[in-house]
This record gives sequence, structure tokens and C-alpha cells, in this order.
Amino acid sequence: MNNLIVFPIILPAITAIILIFIGKNALLKRMVAFIGTLITFLICMLLMFKVHQNGPIHLELGNWPVPYAISLMSDGLSILLVTTSSLITLLIIFYSYQSIGIDRERYYYYASVMFMLTGINGAFTTGDIFNLFVFFEVFLMSSYVLMIIGGTKIQLQESTKYILINVTSSAFFVLAIGMLYAVVGSLQMADISQKIKDVDPTIVSIIAILFILVFATKAGMFPLYFWLPSAYYAPPMPILAFFGALLTKVGVYAIMRTYSLFFSTSNEITFNILLMLSIFTIIFGCIGALAYYDMKKIIIYNITIAVGVILLGAILLTKDGTIGAVYYLIHDMIIKASLFMLIGIIIKITNQTDMRNISGLIKTYPLLGWTYFIAALSLAGIPPLSGFYGKMFIVKSLFNTQHIFSAIVVLISSLVVLISVIRIFLYVFFRESHSDYPKVPIHKMLIASVLMTLTAVLFGLFAGDLYPFIESAAKSLYQPDYYIHHAGVK
Amino acid sequence: MEIIMIILSGILISVAVYLMLSKSLLRIIIGTAVISHAVNLLIITSGKLKTGQAPIYDKHIQKYVDPLPQALILTAIVISFAVTALILVVAYRSYKELGTDNITTYKGVPEDE
Repeated sequence: MNNLIVFPIILPAITAIILIFIGKNALLKRMVAFIGTLITFLICMLLMFKVHQNGPIHLELGNWPVPYAISLMSDGLSILLVTTSSLITLLIIFYSYQSIGIDRERYYYYASVMFMLTGINGAFTTGDIFNLFVFFEVFLMSSYVLMIIGGTKIQLQESTKYILINVTSSAFFVLAIGMLYAVVGSLQMADISQKIKDVDPTIVSIIAILFILVFATKAGMFPLYFWLPSAYYAPPMPILAFFGALLTKVGVYAIMRTYSLFFSTSNEITFNILLMLSIFTIIFGCIGALAYYDMKKIIIYNITIAVGVILLGAILLTKDGTIGAVYYLIHDMIIKASLFMLIGIIIKITNQTDMRNISGLIKTYPLLGWTYFIAALSLAGIPPLSGFYGKMFIVKSLFNTQHIFSAIVVLISSLVVLISVIRIFLYVFFRESHSDYPKVPIHKMLIASVLMTLTAVLFGLFAGDLYPFIESAAKSLYQPDYYIHHAGVK
Repeated sequence: MEIIMIILSGILISVAVYLMLSKSLLRIIIGTAVISHAVNLLIITSGKLKTGQAPIYDKHIQKYVDPLPQALILTAIVISFAVTALILVVAYRSYKELGTDNITTYKGVPEDE
């Protein structure tokens, strides 16, 4: 029965293989991709309830005993993230029907998306550090393809840079794994976290810094976020929504996991580095979000702000802090997808990305306008909506642990986030209109984005009912022993 | 023995960094290939280079080398091979579309104002 946890990984892979072989019929590809993701999502839901009832599920592949097998581990955190990413993929695939264009659909767009979901779900589920690297490469490779698909000039230029950055950071990832293996002699994460206690803390902190370097590049933290704004600017909107919602969050998850399992007991250095980097990530993200009039760039800089906020909560390793981080992580995946989708609709209607050139859209598209308004408030964290609980827990735990400055930075950053997204709302929807925008067919895109925003709103409204799920997810972060115990390590 | 290997991978990494900081895209790609070599060498070193037989089972052999790093670099090699193939094709396509090999002229994103 434990075999169920491989399904979120292999179902998208099988779907992708089918999609490669069914030729150039775009309609058929849409159907297969949608149904494959739907089944994946349903299985994820089933798994989530199983994990919630019976505790984390652990599977040794090939039935080898624990430190020798590649193990898959579905605890509360990973199953929650897997479910969220499957849901987001489902809705963005539906969104793509109208926005990605038939040419890209014919050339393996859906196959790449499914392989990316394979890699992401695998990275969230795996319990083996080298296997984590392999799944990172799986989704990075698909993201290279997605970034370059279509082959416009801007995509060629930016994807060259994106690939080079990621090749370098993957090389350092392999290096870090090599060093970890040299000192610990194991690759299974739970096993490493037991054995690393006997290792000289100086070496452990060097390895920790290497891992932070690697994952901070993937997650877009200061000072390694320099590739992110321009690289994410290049691809078409649905692909950007995938990247913004899912890719950086895998880096965040990897930092949370490795930090809580390996490096939490080593010393203060790792904590201080992560604290400083998170604060600077928030500050520089805020500067970027206020600096531009380009809608895409504003939301892209909001990604970095959220990464900083999540990590500030996660690295405290207190109960409140990790619960806040998990709440905020899930919220941020959903809301970033929904904001990118809504911005995509605006760009499709007006063919503009600069918000100063657009005005008065609320008259022709009221539903779009109000959905965007709700999404914007939710992003900033207005109480009944989804962004509130995460930030509340994070700020509370920052105050409790005497990190007053960080707490104030987080609070001010919410204000900046609100200004940056409401500015788009005021410019695009509420100014006096000088030009009439034609009615373009956007109903499928609109349905997908409204559903995505609705998910965010429901996540906020039922946050109290979801608390047990979030708490069991945070438990393996603030109590690493819980994770280690369930991974079958003696 | 490990010391020599570590120095060698250090030299390879510095060569790679030097190449990756240059302007020409092809030099950068050669740099990525070199960095993956350096890293693979380091992984082999991380398994400790004690003398022993190749890890193929034979009942007369008492001592083997660590088989795990070999499996790791086998995986890492094919991955970096695939990425290098992709990036070479991207570089070729970029050269055809953009007509330049100089990465400093790649200004993809339009500026504000």
C-alpha cells in the first residue's frame, strides 16, 4: 500500500511519454495532459488523507534495507506541496489552452510540463540527497525546454543565461553532495542527519554554506537572485506562471529540509547567514517591486520577497515559525500562479506589459478586475484571505525569539507588496480610459484564474480547518526526530 | 593521492571559472564542461582513493574500491552530457537568430522608461 507514494511521480512521467508519442494533434494532447494531471491530483488528495491519518509514509525502493535503498518519504510537508503543485499544474494546463498558442502546443509543450511536474513531485518526495539532485535536474531540464520553446529572440538570449546559471549551481550541488558523502558516508537524508552529529562542526558548516549557495541560487535569494527577473521575463505567460509558482519553491523546500535535518544542530553560523540573506532578499525584492512599471517585473520581484519571508519563518525552527512558513509557502504557490495568470489575461487583451499604457479595463472586464483585486489583497495578507495566517505566525515567532528588526522588515514588506500590486490595479483598471479594448476570447483563461484565486480565498477562509494538516507538515521541520523516526532509521 | 586529485580539481575549477567569465559563448560552454569534469573528479576522490580491486564481484578478492561514487558520477556524467548537448544547440540557434557570439550584447529584457 505504501507504493501509492510513487504515483505522483510516475503518473506525470507516463503521461509525458504518452504525450511524446501521440503526434501533433493538439486537441488530443490537451485531453491527455489534463486527464493525467487530474488523476495525479486525485491520488495526491487520497495520499494526503492517508498521511494525515496514519502518519508519514515511507517506501524503500527495491526492498533494500534503509540506508542502502533510495527511499521515498511522504511526510505532511511534502505531500502538501505535491498536492499544491499538482493542482496548480492542472489549472495552468487548462489556462494554456487559450494562451500558449497552437505551435508551441504541437511541439512538446505539454510533455515538458508533465516532465517538470515529475521532477518537482519527485524533489518534494525523495528521501535521498543524490536522488534530490537527479529530480532537480529532471525539472530543470524541462524548464530549459519550456523557457526556450518557441525560440523568439528574447527567449534565446535569456534561456542561455538561465541554463548557464543552473549548470553552474548544479555542478556545485554535486560538489556539495561529494563533500557530504566524504565526511558522512551516507546519502539517505534521515541517515545523514543521524550520522552528521558525530562529524566535526567546522566541516559541517562549510558544507552547509555550500548547500545554501546552491539552493539560494535555485530559490532566488539575495545575492544570487540576479538571474531571476530577466530569465522569468522571457517565456510566455503560462510558463512564467509555472516557474513563478513552482520552481523557486523547490529551492525553498530544499533549504528548509536540509537545514532542519542536517545543519540545525551544527552551529549559529548557518542560521545567521540564512537570516541575513532572507532579510536582504526581502529588502531587495521590495526595491524591485516598487521600481518598475512593468507588470510582469513587479510580480517577479514579489516572488523574491515571498522567498525571503518564508525562509525567515522556516529557519527559526520554532513551532510557530515553521507553521507560518508552511502556511505561507502553500499560499504563495497558489497566489503567485493566480496573479501571473491574471496578468497574462491583461497582457493578452491589451498587448502591453507597461501598466502606464493601459487604463479603464474595469468597464469591459469587471470580473477580471475584481478577481485581480481579491488576489492582490490576498497576496498582501489582508485578514480573511490566505496570506494573513502565514505572516501572522511568522511575525509572532520572530517577536517571540527577539528578532524585532526582522519582524518589522516582514511587516513593512507586506505594505510594499500591497502598494506594488494595488498600483497595477489602479493604473490598469481604474483610470479614465482613452481607448477601447476589443473583446478577445479569454473565457478559459478567466475560468482557470478565477478558480485559482478561489482556491487562495478558500485556503484563507478554511485556514482554521486546515491547521492540523499544516501542523503535521511543520512537525518534521521543528522536530527532525519525527522525520528520522518515520524514515525507518534506527 | 587524494591531495593530488584535489589540487587537480582545483585547477580545473579555476580554469572553468576563468572560461565562464569570458565574453564568447563557446568559451563559456567549454567552461561548463570543464567544471563538470572537476566536480566528477572530486566525487571520485570523496570515496577515498584506497587501493583495491574494481568493484566487480569475485570470491578471491578481499578489498574493493567504494562503488557508490562511481554510480554517482555515472549519473552526473550523463546529466551534464545532456545539458551540454542542449546548450550547444541553443548556442547554435542563438548564433543563427541573433548573429552574434558575444554574450555581452545579449540584452533580452526591455528597459523601463
